[in-house]
Amino acid sequence: MNESPRLARVFVELADTLVDEFDAVDFLQMLIDRCVELLHVDAAGLMLADQRGSLQLMASTAERARLLELFELQAEEGPCLDCFTTGSPVINVDLTEARGRWPRFTPAAVEAGFGGTHALPMRLRRQVIGAINLFTDGQTALDDDAVAIAQAMADVATIGLLHERNLSEQTLLSEQLQTALNSRVLIEQAKGVLAVRADISVAEAFTRMRTHARRDGVTLTAVATALVNGSLDARDLVTS
Amino acid sequence: MASVRVTQILSGIAEGSDIVAGLPQRLVSACARALPVTGVGLVLMTDKGPAGMVAATDGPAKTMEDLQFTLGEGPCVDSSRTGRPVLQPDLARSGPARWPGFSAGALAAGIRAIFAFPLQVGGIRLGVLDLYRDRLGVLSDDELAEALSFADAAKAMLLHLQAQDSLDGAEVGAIPVIEDRAEVHQASGMISVQADVTLAQALVLLRARAFAAERPILDLARDVLGRVVRFRSDDEGQILEY
Repeated sequence: MNESPRLARVFVELADTLVDEFDAVDFLQMLIDRCVELLHVDAAGLMLADQRGSLQLMASTAERARLLELFELQAEEGPCLDCFTTGSPVINVDLTEARGRWPRFTPAAVEAGFGGTHALPMRLRRQVIGAINLFTDGQTALDDDAVAIAQAMADVATIGLLHERNLSEQTLLSEQLQTALNSRVLIEQAKGVLAVRADISVAEAFTRMRTHARRDGVTLTAVATALVNGSLDARDLVTS
Repeated sequence: MASVRVTQILSGIAEGSDIVAGLPQRLVSACARALPVTGVGLVLMTDKGPAGMVAATDGPAKTMEDLQFTLGEGPCVDSSRTGRPVLQPDLARSGPARWPGFSAGALAAGIRAIFAFPLQVGGIRLGVLDLYRDRLGVLSDDELAEALSFADAAKAMLLHLQAQDSLDGAEVGAIPVIEDRAEVHQASGMISVQADVTLAQALVLLRARAFAAERPILDLARDVLGRVVRFRSDDEGQILEY
């Protein structure tokens, strides 16, 4: 199957987000959404190292992946952490046979319904700034082309974070990472606000926020801000 | 672990004195000692701009905060408005175009570099921690990490001081580090709606209830998410848990 036109469209779409109103959280969320579509995997997540070297979960495509990745951070083992530590991709891991490698992560991943996983490093010269994690329900292997696309997406994620070239890399990355981390907290708070206002689950609240952001062409951070400060009514968010 | 350093900083400034009012001053002093900077200022911010200086080290830090308060412009104002750190390793080069009034005053006072860190917990806007230096240059990775730990400590301290406002005469005790767990922030959002309070008050409520019930805050947060525990305010504005 020829994926080039789709791939080209995705890159155009990603380039389009590198404009004035750049929002790191939104950008990373869109990037992993596209990873799932392009690579035919079932879920994806993205972690970034903060200024103190600890990995932080920045975006995920599904609640079960989000919980699993938070578990991975807590248990301090798993594909993303290996990939981050070594700076090398972790490809085509069959989770039915990974217990020896990750004794705590593997059962949790299987429990979450995943059969296979991959992780791609986000590299900036010699530094590894984060990793993208991919999950499949079955043991679907990625071929060489798919691995190349996945790595390209990880590289785009890194470049995206660095797109404002007028500042030094260190200064910019520091500013963006801290801002993105705070946006992530804001989004969690907004999920809680919406969950109570609309009497829905936190997962459903997130889905509605994303749908609304996409429909109105605004950032997820903007939707979260508006929900938290009360300028956006819960009833204005469409039910999905 | 990041929070270990934050805990160290907090216990360091709480040690040896039960006077809550002295905490901010001890924090900025400790920050100035731990990092190669000339001065440190801590400012409260609201949506409308600087709302007052909480503490500053002697020397130019006070002048810097006064300038920003008077002019309504500067790295600390920008940092609070945008929610991102403003790192200016060379103020003479990058400052004048961005903040003409402030830069002139700061350069005249001998300041060459400024690093401003927003003190925010998602939608909770507390203030800004400003670091000033009389020479050029970026903060090293280690120094940046240390500055961020002081910013985290300042956040925890300001939230703690807010909670103390309603508890007259309470002792310093151990200031809890803010739990950076998704569930805690989601629960804060839920409580803010249930009890009709600000996000900052909701976080304080969650922590206070966890403390009173001798439960880990994450446990209580999960009960809030599962609707096992709810908060509401009664007709007199008392917060109830049911």
